[in-house]
Amino acid sequence: MFKMKCDDFLTYDEATGTYSMPAEQQVRDQTEKNRWRTIGLAVLKDWRLYAMLLPMILVYVLWRYAPMTQLLGAFKDYKTPGANGNTDNMNWYGVNNFLDIFVGSQATKFWPAFRNTFIIAFYNLLFGFPMPIILALFFNEIKSNVVRSTVQVLVYLPKFLSTVIVTSIALILLNGSDKGDYGAVAKLISLFGPNNVPLKEALVGGIFFDARYFRALYVITELWEHAGYDSIVFFAAVIAVSPTSYEAAQIDGAGKMQQMRYVVIPSILSTVVIMLIMKIGGLLSVGYEKVYLLHSTGNDSASQIVATLANSWGDGKGIAAEMTNNLIGMILVIGANTVSRKAANVSLY
Amino acid sequence: MKRKTEVSELIFKIVAYVFMVVFALLCLYPLIFVLAGAFSSSEAVSSNQVVLWPVIGGGADGAYRFGFAVEAFKYAFNYNMFWVSYANTIFVAFLGTVWCLVYSILGAYALSKKRLIGRHGFNFFLVFTMWFAAGIIPTFLNYKVTGDTLATLVGGKTWSDIDLKWLIVLAMGMNATNIILLRNSFEGVPTEIEEAARIDGATELQVLMNVYIPMSKATIATVALFFGISRWNGYFWAYKVSNAANQSYSWPVQVLVRDIIEKETDITGTYNADNTHDFQSVGQATSTLYSFIVLSIIPILVIYPFIQKYFAKGVNMGGVKE
Repeated sequence: MFKMKCDDFLTYDEATGTYSMPAEQQVRDQTEKNRWRTIGLAVLKDWRLYAMLLPMILVYVLWRYAPMTQLLGAFKDYKTPGANGNTDNMNWYGVNNFLDIFVGSQATKFWPAFRNTFIIAFYNLLFGFPMPIILALFFNEIKSNVVRSTVQVLVYLPKFLSTVIVTSIALILLNGSDKGDYGAVAKLISLFGPNNVPLKEALVGGIFFDARYFRALYVITELWEHAGYDSIVFFAAVIAVSPTSYEAAQIDGAGKMQQMRYVVIPSILSTVVIMLIMKIGGLLSVGYEKVYLLHSTGNDSASQIVATLANSWGDGKGIAAEMTNNLIGMILVIGANTVSRKAANVSLY
Repeated sequence: MKRKTEVSELIFKIVAYVFMVVFALLCLYPLIFVLAGAFSSSEAVSSNQVVLWPVIGGGADGAYRFGFAVEAFKYAFNYNMFWVSYANTIFVAFLGTVWCLVYSILGAYALSKKRLIGRHGFNFFLVFTMWFAAGIIPTFLNYKVTGDTLATLVGGKTWSDIDLKWLIVLAMGMNATNIILLRNSFEGVPTEIEEAARIDGATELQVLMNVYIPMSKATIATVALFFGISRWNGYFWAYKVSNAANQSYSWPVQVLVRDIIEKETDITGTYNADNTHDFQSVGQATSTLYSFIVLSIIPILVIYPFIQKYFAKGVNMGGVKE
């Protein structure tokens, strides 16, 4: 085996009994020897390019990678006497923080939070994914330019409002009251179930603060915020369908539904599959800012997600909990990306 | 056969129009509501009389009627803290966007060059931050450490000694997706133009300024919009950092709006009557809050229509890379 390898680049001279190296291999060796020199020279010659890269690298190292060193706090004992919240002065704690949240005293808090994260993410996917596709299909029907651009301006808009404003408006519109004068949307909801006792109770205390209705309302506000904007990418796929395909289908006697089924859907399928895989990849990264702003003692059992739980703990257990969540999230993203690259030969990264 | 086709198409078209118009109106409604609330009297607001148009009245006779009241805006204009926080937001949004754009464009330009050694490594360095984040507590601890370091650099001791707006400007609002958008757009610029510029003796920076940036205007406008909006809307970290350092003078407007909702109104159910309050009544606080919301989204509404035509293009160009 070794000899065969050697034979690849060494030639044996029968007369003198010595091995010699072909000229091109000598060049290759020399290049290998000078590799770092060459790289150094190239970097030096192109130093402007690397200098341009520097601010970005600096920002990312300081505020994206440096925080990762603080993950060591997950293995430290926050109850060390005299540590005063400074992780440098704390004793090592092994994996006790992890044991605490998985099977120990905090398991009754961690697992429900993990479950909530998953359920909210799942509902978001279930309703938040088809909606932009439907919007894109409908957009395509609106041929009037004025109507279309007006509608587009309006449906993209909520995406650009801040989470604080969105949650504030949602809370105002769903405001509770014991005098019966609810917020404007809560008033509308109350018409649907005049004899529904749990709904009545929820309306009095503010319907968003009731664990029963939290997820539904959360998903609806998410739809309101993101569906229009997310439809952009599908709309681009729909308008890329050539008009001749429609004409051919029409000549064959296809109705609108059949055109959808046999012309539009197959054309946008690859975009849909990629976006679906990407969405699954981001499943566990629920926007914690919004949940944090909507969280209250009333809806705690439905709205406590891992990130908000970690934030309220603020110690080694919190770091451990969120690290677990984020690591699973990372595995999902990488897995989704690999699947998409294998299946559709398309990847985001 | 032909007739049947027309009917199904017509029905679909009608459904599409109705659905889209209703959805668009639903997207608009909360804004109209807040605007109506801001022009209503505090009595009407606190008893939830506002639905679509401004409502006044509810005084002695208890009757409500259509009309305009400007008391909320009057109060807002005299509420100093609001204007301090508004100035903070303008400061953070402007400098933050410029800072993020500068390092993103420079970095994306370098990353778009095939001759950059270690290009894959640098790309991975960037993309990894999209896969894995350290989490809330480590990020917070890191802000504290870097804030303290910044303070010692300028002669202070802890981060409460410096104006934390600077930390917010420098350290927040990072977005790897935006850098990748820019990189993809730069990669799409034909190399012939760059070569022509180089033959004319252009340096690296001149090539970037005079070739790449003018040719990627749509993407840069999109990315600037994304950075700007996220800066204007930023809440969580600005809140965490400025509260931990007891620096309410660094609050952006979002933090102030949230603080007023929690402390001065009964919307979140955390109102405490025993505390001292800046507002005479919950109703007054609520109607003033509406005016704060209106004032804080006006800049977005003003910029948005101009830049809206760019971003649909920019997003599609750089979104999925085949």
